[in-house]
Amino acid sequence: MERVPVLKIGDILLVSIQIDMEDQVALQLQEDLADRIVATGCHGVIIDISALDIVDSFVGRTLATIASISRVLDAETVVVGMRPAVAITLVELGLSLPGISTALNVELGMDLLARNRAEAGEGDYADDEADDDETAASAS
Amino acid sequence: MSDQGGRIAVASDQDVVRVRQLVRTVAVAVKLSLVDQTKLVTAASELARNTLVYGGGGTVDVTRVDNGRRNGIQIVFADQGPGIVDLDLALTDGYTTGGGLGLGLSGARRLVDEFDIVTAVGQGTTITVTKWCR
Repeated sequence: MERVPVLKIGDILLVSIQIDMEDQVALQLQEDLADRIVATGCHGVIIDISALDIVDSFVGRTLATIASISRVLDAETVVVGMRPAVAITLVELGLSLPGISTALNVELGMDLLARNRAEAGEGDYADDEADDDETAASAS
Repeated sequence: MSDQGGRIAVASDQDVVRVRQLVRTVAVAVKLSLVDQTKLVTAASELARNTLVYGGGGTVDVTRVDNGRRNGIQIVFADQGPGIVDLDLALTDGYTTGGGLGLGLSGARRLVDEFDIVTAVGQGTTITVTKWCR
Protein backbone atom coordinates (compact mmCIF):
# COMPACT_ATOMS: atom_id res chain seq x y z
CA MET A 1 0.00 0.00 0.00
CA GLU A 2 1.25 3.47 -0.86
CA ARG A 3 1.85 5.95 1.95
CA VAL A 4 1.63 9.71 2.02
CA PRO A 5 4.86 11.21 3.42
CA VAL A 6 4.75 13.62 6.36
CA LEU A 7 7.57 16.20 6.34
CA LYS A 8 8.68 18.30 9.30
CA ILE A 9 9.60 21.90 8.49
CA GLY A 10 10.40 23.96 11.57
CA ASP A 11 7.35 23.84 13.82
CA ILE A 12 5.10 22.59 11.04
CA LEU A 13 4.25 19.20 9.59
CA LEU A 14 3.70 19.36 5.85
CA VAL A 15 1.67 16.75 4.00
CA SER A 16 1.43 16.97 0.23
CA ILE A 17 -1.02 14.47 -1.18
CA GLN A 18 0.24 13.57 -4.65
CA ILE A 19 -1.67 10.36 -5.33
CA ASP A 20 -5.25 9.29 -5.89
CA MET A 21 -5.65 7.79 -2.42
CA GLU A 22 -7.35 4.52 -1.69
CA ASP A 23 -9.52 4.80 1.42
CA GLN A 24 -7.01 2.77 3.43
CA VAL A 25 -4.21 5.17 2.49
CA ALA A 26 -6.27 8.09 3.80
CA LEU A 27 -6.88 6.29 7.08
CA GLN A 28 -3.19 5.45 7.37
CA LEU A 29 -2.33 9.11 6.86
CA GLN A 30 -4.65 10.01 9.72
CA GLU A 31 -2.71 7.66 12.01
CA ASP A 32 0.73 8.65 10.76
CA LEU A 33 -0.03 12.34 11.31
CA ALA A 34 -1.27 11.81 14.86
CA ASP A 35 1.92 9.88 15.64
CA ARG A 36 4.14 12.54 14.11
CA ILE A 37 2.39 15.39 15.95
CA VAL A 38 3.04 13.67 19.26
CA ALA A 39 6.60 12.66 18.33
CA THR A 40 7.65 16.11 17.12
CA GLY A 41 5.51 18.41 19.27
CA CYS A 42 4.69 20.42 16.17
CA HIS A 43 1.87 22.93 16.58
CA GLY A 44 0.85 23.24 12.95
CA VAL A 45 -0.17 20.88 10.15
CA ILE A 46 -0.46 21.89 6.51
CA ILE A 47 -2.18 19.53 4.11
CA ASP A 48 -1.58 20.41 0.47
CA ILE A 49 -4.31 19.02 -1.79
CA SER A 50 -3.38 20.97 -4.93
CA ALA A 51 -2.65 17.69 -6.75
CA LEU A 52 -6.07 16.20 -5.96
CA ASP A 53 -8.52 16.41 -8.83
CA ILE A 54 -11.40 15.36 -6.62
CA VAL A 55 -12.26 15.34 -2.92
CA ASP A 56 -15.17 13.03 -2.22
CA SER A 57 -17.05 12.66 1.06
CA PHE A 58 -14.59 10.06 2.35
CA VAL A 59 -11.53 12.23 1.82
CA GLY A 60 -13.46 15.26 3.09
CA ARG A 61 -14.38 13.42 6.23
CA THR A 62 -10.78 12.25 6.67
CA LEU A 63 -9.54 15.85 6.43
CA ALA A 64 -12.10 16.93 9.04
CA THR A 65 -11.09 14.06 11.32
CA ILE A 66 -7.41 14.92 10.94
CA ALA A 67 -8.18 18.53 11.90
CA SER A 68 -10.06 17.37 15.01
CA ILE A 69 -7.35 14.93 16.07
CA SER A 70 -4.70 17.61 15.57
CA ARG A 71 -6.63 20.08 17.67
CA VAL A 72 -6.87 17.61 20.54
CA LEU A 73 -3.09 17.14 20.22
CA ASP A 74 -2.49 20.93 20.37
CA ALA A 75 -1.85 21.40 16.68
CA GLU A 76 -3.77 23.44 14.16
CA THR A 77 -4.52 22.16 10.67
CA VAL A 78 -4.73 24.20 7.48
CA VAL A 79 -5.81 22.63 4.20
CA VAL A 80 -4.24 24.42 1.26
CA GLY A 81 -4.32 24.39 -2.53
CA MET A 82 -7.89 23.28 -3.20
CA ARG A 83 -8.71 23.57 -6.90
CA PRO A 84 -11.71 25.74 -7.84
CA ALA A 85 -13.58 22.82 -9.46
CA VAL A 86 -13.03 20.76 -6.31
CA ALA A 87 -14.42 23.55 -4.13
CA ILE A 88 -17.52 23.89 -6.33
CA THR A 89 -18.10 20.14 -6.28
CA LEU A 90 -17.57 19.79 -2.53
CA VAL A 91 -20.14 22.44 -1.72
CA GLU A 92 -22.67 20.95 -4.14
CA LEU A 93 -22.03 17.52 -2.64
CA GLY A 94 -23.03 19.04 0.69
CA LEU A 95 -19.64 19.08 2.39
CA SER A 96 -18.53 22.44 3.71
CA LEU A 97 -15.63 21.10 5.79
CA PRO A 98 -16.69 22.73 9.07
CA GLY A 99 -13.88 23.37 11.50
CA ILE A 100 -11.18 23.25 8.84
CA SER A 101 -9.01 26.28 8.16
CA THR A 102 -8.05 26.78 4.55
CA ALA A 103 -5.54 28.86 2.64
CA LEU A 104 -4.85 29.18 -1.07
CA ASN A 105 -1.30 27.83 -0.98
CA VAL A 106 1.40 26.50 1.33
CA GLU A 107 2.99 29.89 1.88
CA LEU A 108 -0.29 31.53 2.92
CA GLY A 109 -1.02 28.48 5.07
CA MET A 110 2.25 28.97 6.94
CA ASP A 111 1.44 32.68 7.42
CA LEU A 112 -1.96 31.76 8.81
CA LEU A 113 -0.49 29.27 11.28
CA ALA A 114 2.16 31.75 12.41
CA ARG A 115 -0.43 34.48 12.87
CA ASN A 116 -2.84 32.28 14.81
CA ARG A 117 -0.02 30.96 16.95
CA ALA A 118 1.10 34.49 17.76
CA GLU A 119 -2.47 35.56 18.58
CA ALA A 120 -3.12 32.48 20.69
CA GLY A 121 -1.44 34.28 23.57
CA GLU A 122 1.69 32.23 23.34
CA GLY A 123 3.43 35.59 23.31
CA ASP A 124 6.78 33.88 23.02
CA TYR A 125 6.25 32.71 19.46
CA ALA A 126 9.61 34.16 18.43
CA ASP A 127 11.31 32.19 21.19
CA ASP A 128 9.44 29.11 20.11
CA GLU A 129 10.96 29.39 16.71
CA ALA A 130 14.44 29.94 18.03
CA ASP A 131 14.15 26.89 20.26
CA ASP A 132 12.86 24.77 17.44
CA ASP A 133 15.92 22.63 16.88
CA GLU A 134 16.30 22.00 20.56
CA THR A 135 12.67 20.95 21.03
CA ALA A 136 12.80 18.75 18.00
CA ALA A 137 15.95 17.08 19.24
CA SER A 138 14.59 16.44 22.69
CA ALA A 139 11.28 15.21 21.31
CA SER A 140 12.67 12.64 18.94
CA MET B 1 -7.56 2.43 -20.03
CA SER B 2 -10.00 2.98 -22.89
CA ASP B 3 -11.58 6.37 -23.38
CA GLN B 4 -14.55 4.54 -24.88
CA GLY B 5 -15.54 3.21 -21.47
CA GLY B 6 -15.67 -0.30 -20.11
CA ARG B 7 -16.55 -2.43 -17.12
CA ILE B 8 -14.78 -2.58 -13.78
CA ALA B 9 -15.51 -5.22 -11.17
CA VAL B 10 -15.57 -3.52 -7.77
CA ALA B 11 -14.28 -5.68 -4.96
CA SER B 12 -11.73 -3.50 -3.15
CA ASP B 13 -10.60 0.06 -2.39
CA GLN B 14 -8.26 -0.13 -5.36
CA ASP B 15 -11.17 -0.79 -7.70
CA VAL B 16 -12.85 2.41 -6.50
CA VAL B 17 -9.68 4.27 -7.54
CA ARG B 18 -9.84 2.50 -10.93
CA VAL B 19 -13.45 3.58 -11.40
CA ARG B 20 -12.44 7.20 -10.76
CA GLN B 21 -9.64 6.94 -13.30
CA LEU B 22 -11.80 5.34 -16.00
CA VAL B 23 -14.59 7.90 -15.52
CA ARG B 24 -12.04 10.71 -15.68
CA THR B 25 -10.55 9.32 -18.91
CA VAL B 26 -13.94 9.02 -20.61
CA ALA B 27 -15.11 12.42 -19.27
CA VAL B 28 -12.09 14.08 -20.86
CA ALA B 29 -12.70 12.20 -24.12
CA VAL B 30 -16.32 13.38 -24.42
CA LYS B 31 -15.11 16.90 -23.56
CA LEU B 32 -17.04 17.55 -20.37
CA SER B 33 -16.00 20.87 -18.82
CA LEU B 34 -13.48 20.68 -15.99
CA VAL B 35 -16.12 21.36 -13.35
CA ASP B 36 -18.45 18.74 -14.83
CA GLN B 37 -15.60 16.21 -15.00
CA THR B 38 -14.88 16.89 -11.35
CA LYS B 39 -18.55 16.52 -10.39
CA LEU B 40 -18.96 13.28 -12.32
CA VAL B 41 -15.77 11.69 -11.01
CA THR B 42 -16.77 12.68 -7.47
CA ALA B 43 -20.26 11.20 -7.90
CA ALA B 44 -18.74 8.02 -9.35
CA SER B 45 -16.40 7.75 -6.39
CA GLU B 46 -19.31 8.02 -3.94
CA LEU B 47 -21.44 5.48 -5.78
CA ALA B 48 -18.62 3.01 -6.41
CA ARG B 49 -17.80 3.12 -2.70
CA ASN B 50 -21.46 2.43 -1.90
CA THR B 51 -21.38 -0.54 -4.28
CA LEU B 52 -18.37 -1.85 -2.36
CA VAL B 53 -19.37 -1.02 1.21
CA TYR B 54 -23.15 -1.51 1.16
CA GLY B 55 -23.59 -3.79 -1.84
CA GLY B 56 -20.68 -6.07 -0.94
CA GLY B 57 -19.09 -5.40 -4.32
CA GLY B 58 -20.45 -5.40 -7.85
CA THR B 59 -19.77 -3.92 -11.24
CA VAL B 60 -19.45 -0.46 -12.74
CA ASP B 61 -20.08 0.09 -16.46
CA VAL B 62 -18.98 3.31 -18.09
CA THR B 63 -20.41 4.10 -21.54
CA ARG B 64 -20.31 7.03 -23.93
CA VAL B 65 -23.81 8.07 -24.93
CA ASP B 66 -25.29 10.40 -27.52
CA ASN B 67 -28.90 11.62 -27.58
CA GLY B 68 -28.63 13.11 -31.05
CA ARG B 69 -27.94 16.58 -29.71
CA ARG B 70 -25.35 16.11 -27.05
CA ASN B 71 -22.65 13.71 -26.01
CA GLY B 72 -22.48 12.39 -22.51
CA ILE B 73 -21.45 9.59 -20.20
CA GLN B 74 -23.62 6.99 -18.58
CA ILE B 75 -22.42 5.00 -15.61
CA VAL B 76 -24.23 1.98 -14.17
CA PHE B 77 -23.41 0.76 -10.65
CA ALA B 78 -24.83 -2.69 -9.96
CA ASP B 79 -24.60 -4.92 -6.92
CA GLN B 80 -26.34 -8.06 -5.67
CA GLY B 81 -26.32 -6.85 -2.08
CA PRO B 82 -29.13 -6.49 0.47
CA GLY B 83 -30.88 -3.66 -1.40
CA ILE B 84 -32.21 -0.48 0.15
CA VAL B 85 -35.19 -0.84 2.51
CA ASP B 86 -36.33 2.79 2.60
CA LEU B 87 -35.22 4.57 -0.54
CA ASP B 88 -36.59 8.00 0.42
CA LEU B 89 -34.70 7.85 3.68
CA ALA B 90 -31.52 6.66 1.95
CA LEU B 91 -31.71 9.67 -0.38
CA THR B 92 -31.96 12.11 2.53
CA ASP B 93 -28.92 14.24 3.30
CA GLY B 94 -27.20 13.07 6.44
CA TYR B 95 -28.87 9.66 6.68
CA THR B 96 -26.40 6.78 6.96
CA THR B 97 -26.34 3.18 8.08
CA GLY B 98 -22.64 2.80 7.51
CA GLY B 99 -21.06 5.37 9.79
CA GLY B 100 -20.38 7.76 6.91
CA LEU B 101 -21.59 11.30 6.47
CA GLY B 102 -24.77 10.27 4.68
CA LEU B 103 -23.90 12.39 1.66
CA GLY B 104 -22.91 9.68 -0.80
CA LEU B 105 -26.26 8.93 -2.42
CA SER B 106 -27.96 12.31 -1.98
CA GLY B 107 -24.80 14.23 -2.86
CA ALA B 108 -24.05 12.11 -5.93
CA ARG B 109 -27.59 12.72 -7.20
CA ARG B 110 -26.99 16.48 -7.09
CA LEU B 111 -23.75 16.17 -9.07
CA VAL B 112 -25.20 14.44 -12.15
CA ASP B 113 -27.88 15.33 -14.72
CA GLU B 114 -29.87 12.11 -14.56
CA PHE B 115 -30.11 9.71 -11.66
CA ASP B 116 -32.09 6.50 -11.63
CA ILE B 117 -32.16 3.88 -8.91
CA VAL B 118 -33.70 0.41 -8.91
CA THR B 119 -33.52 -1.55 -5.69
CA ALA B 120 -35.30 -4.45 -4.06
CA VAL B 121 -34.64 -5.92 -0.65
CA GLY B 122 -32.53 -9.04 -1.01
CA GLN B 123 -31.96 -8.48 -4.71
CA GLY B 124 -29.43 -5.71 -4.90
CA THR B 125 -29.29 -2.19 -6.19
CA THR B 126 -28.65 -0.71 -9.63
CA ILE B 127 -27.97 2.99 -10.01
CA THR B 128 -27.70 4.64 -13.41
CA VAL B 129 -26.34 8.17 -13.74
CA THR B 130 -25.81 10.33 -16.81
CA LYS B 131 -23.92 13.56 -17.33
CA TRP B 132 -24.33 15.53 -20.58
CA CYS B 133 -21.98 17.99 -22.20
CA ARG B 134 -23.31 21.52 -21.97
